[in-house]
Amino acid sequence: MNETYIMPDYEIVRNAERCVRCMACVRLCANGAHIFDEKRGVLTADDSKCVNCHYCVANCPTKAIKIVRSDHCFKPSANYTEDVIKDIYRQADTGGVLLSSMGTTKSYPVYWDKMLVNASQVTNPPIDPLREPMEIRTFLGKKPETVKYRADGRLEAETHPNLMLKTPIMFSAMSYGSISKNAHIALARAAEELGTFYNTGEGGLHEDLYQYGANTIVQVASGRFGVHPAYLNAGAAIEIKMGQGAKPGIGGHLPGSKIGEDVSRTRMIPKGTDAISPAPHHDIYSIEDLRQLVFGLKEATDYKKPVIVKIAAVHNIAAIASGIARSGADIIAIDGFRGGTGAAPTRIRDNVGIPIELALAAVDTRLRDEGIRGRVGLVAGGSVRSSADVVKAIALGADAVYIATPALLAMGCHLCRSCHGGKCNWGIATQSPELVARLDPDVARERLVNLVTAWSREIMEMMGGMGINSIEALRGNRLMLRGIGLTQKELDVLGIRHAGE
Amino acid sequence: MDEEYDNVPVRDELREGNVRIPSGCAVFGCLSRSGRRMSASGAVDAMTYMHDRSNGLGGGFAGYGIYPDFPDCYAFHVFYDNEHAREETESFLKARFDISGMERIPTRKVYGIRGAPLVWRYFGVLRPEIAAHTPLDEEEYVCRSVIHINTKIKGAYVFSSGKNMGVFKGVGYPEDVGEYYRLGDYSGYCWTAHGRYPTNTPGWWGGAHPFNILNYTVVHNGEISSYDANRRFIEMYGYKCTLQTDTEVITYIIDYLHRRRGLTLPDVAKVIAPPFWSQIERMETSERERYTLLRNMYASLLVTGPFSIILGYSGGMMALNDRLKLRGMVAAEKNDVTYVASEECAVRAVCPEPDRIWYPAGGEPVIVELTEGNGK
Repeated sequence: MNETYIMPDYEIVRNAERCVRCMACVRLCANGAHIFDEKRGVLTADDSKCVNCHYCVANCPTKAIKIVRSDHCFKPSANYTEDVIKDIYRQADTGGVLLSSMGTTKSYPVYWDKMLVNASQVTNPPIDPLREPMEIRTFLGKKPETVKYRADGRLEAETHPNLMLKTPIMFSAMSYGSISKNAHIALARAAEELGTFYNTGEGGLHEDLYQYGANTIVQVASGRFGVHPAYLNAGAAIEIKMGQGAKPGIGGHLPGSKIGEDVSRTRMIPKGTDAISPAPHHDIYSIEDLRQLVFGLKEATDYKKPVIVKIAAVHNIAAIASGIARSGADIIAIDGFRGGTGAAPTRIRDNVGIPIELALAAVDTRLRDEGIRGRVGLVAGGSVRSSADVVKAIALGADAVYIATPALLAMGCHLCRSCHGGKCNWGIATQSPELVARLDPDVARERLVNLVTAWSREIMEMMGGMGINSIEALRGNRLMLRGIGLTQKELDVLGIRHAGE
Repeated sequence: MDEEYDNVPVRDELREGNVRIPSGCAVFGCLSRSGRRMSASGAVDAMTYMHDRSNGLGGGFAGYGIYPDFPDCYAFHVFYDNEHAREETESFLKARFDISGMERIPTRKVYGIRGAPLVWRYFGVLRPEIAAHTPLDEEEYVCRSVIHINTKIKGAYVFSSGKNMGVFKGVGYPEDVGEYYRLGDYSGYCWTAHGRYPTNTPGWWGGAHPFNILNYTVVHNGEISSYDANRRFIEMYGYKCTLQTDTEVITYIIDYLHRRRGLTLPDVAKVIAPPFWSQIERMETSERERYTLLRNMYASLLVTGPFSIILGYSGGMMALNDRLKLRGMVAAEKNDVTYVASEECAVRAVCPEPDRIWYPAGGEPVIVELTEGNGK
């Protein structure tokens, strides 16, 4: 890209005293930001190529490198900010739609941080998770409403396929293609070890990963990439992706540069072509069409697997979710607009959709008002950043959460937001074999397991503080939340009271 | 009543229903399996020994088999704030029920009982023409009539609506409430009792316990931490938690599971206080399937936090602790009578030498019923 008028955002600073000229940085940087000028015998850098991913910083044996924000500046303006100006230059250069990776960087309100959690004092005791049982096992799916006694006293109920989670945290959809095979292997192994699920995303399932099927959610998106009967039957559940929080209203986006031999075979598309899924499913133009796909998939899998419908959080989310709950779906996954992505048009990522907290609260309330909350499991995703966010999501009404960005971070991602470039130095969001080889799937698995284990412990600590020893009793328990610094309207939508009330 | 609360008016906005009031408590229950009718004075005596577990802001009793003269009539006990509420309620009741008896419930003046509303009772059966035309079954119709009076008629509150049973409750220490209602004049095969320790302002008479719907009564000691999860689930099924108390929501849970869904009481107990997953995994297949189904199906009716409850129903009584047994509860037997109480002293007060005395484990219900052939 010819970025005529743009100065680099970052500067690579090398400490000359520490540098031993081992050239590791030159060899490691996939972006070519470090340069050895042989003529002059100087180790230098091209700041314009640096994406600030810290791979060189982390791997420099003498810790001689740091990346700093450039202090080069435009004339300050609160309206025409540096970002705004640079975006205009970029579009004037190329005539293209701006692309971005990962979640929005804009400073929209984060409602998780405006809610506080309760704890027991005097009138009922907190429960100590180190000394008492603390249960976070979760079943996801439709619940039977009625139960009958058989003559022998046994219970008989119409049962529906459910997912059993040992912790209410699942890895959200990230396709093979957008991330590497090693990243997928790490997610699959971690899900297996944790007793939870990872999600293939819309890129199909690599043949080497079928062995983790019991902990896999297979996705069916509008592009139908990699969808065939064996794929549908390989997973524990099927997710229909109607939308994604980071880019509601448009389809998936995988640049051809990331589509090599393996990805091409798995997705069943030609090598090197851009994989752009259609904005809608072309067999779903309304709710009754969705019902047909839900039952189509159930037919294909013998009614043995729950069907998840994933939707982006948009303005009319409550009514949409209510329709989905009546469509035969077993689980609804809502993706908030702050959620991440491997590639999305910047303007859509930064301006379309609504926050997950409000969407989740609105959906849970609506489903209860209509008496159909038990018909579906509810999964919240789109910027769940810590165990505290998980606790708040469950108290608002979610059964479980989806996490993706924290999972990437656990594997080594430094959130440089350049996934769409395909040159991820950490071996995660790339298909380049030498880069992929940098990610050891078992090291990454262990880090994922550590993260989710740590969060699970923290969830138990907070539950115990509230005097709750079973996650069921936290679900939808909004009295356990209080708002801080929120307007009455925000409190009403969240269905919570203000702190002090 | 404690002096600190003297002359403190009950502000409307602080009544149960307008604010959530957690409270600690004392509970007691006794049932004669042979159906022998016991005077209420035993239950009153037992409560006296647990005086310090209440703070004078609520006490009450429920008796079963106390109206043998009207065994098939719904006995409505109603609090009125004024005569206007009474007239309105009576015309509502008379339009729907054939009333065969009505009177002011006899009371006596007692030091420590104040702020008493008018207390009336009515005995009636559902008019046949209404029973024939309503799409609801009879119990559901009665239940909704009670909810209608309680939410729509200002100043009226039906606090007892079962058959051949009755609740007597008010603001004061339980032994004073017993004296006020002249409970020594009543006898029944089962009594449950409650002394309240609300952590809030002076209570309202309707907010005292036992809480009743149809033949179910619940007395409860504890503060449940699952309240809002339970409330928001049960409200999907036509209930309205107007009092915002734990006891109210527990009563609705039991009504929903037992009366409307037809679960047996042991299964109801296992929904409210289920075994831990680690225990379920160790069970044999059929048990494991049963408890997995119940836990998964009614996950939102699991109650956490400390509680000991005594459920009274027609012909029986069930006592239940939370799974961690965070509230004390003791059970005892002597001849044909089973006792349960928050503290052993209460049992010993009325039954100094029981044949057997034990502390039921958390989540293990104690269920006692009239033996076959004994009239309710």
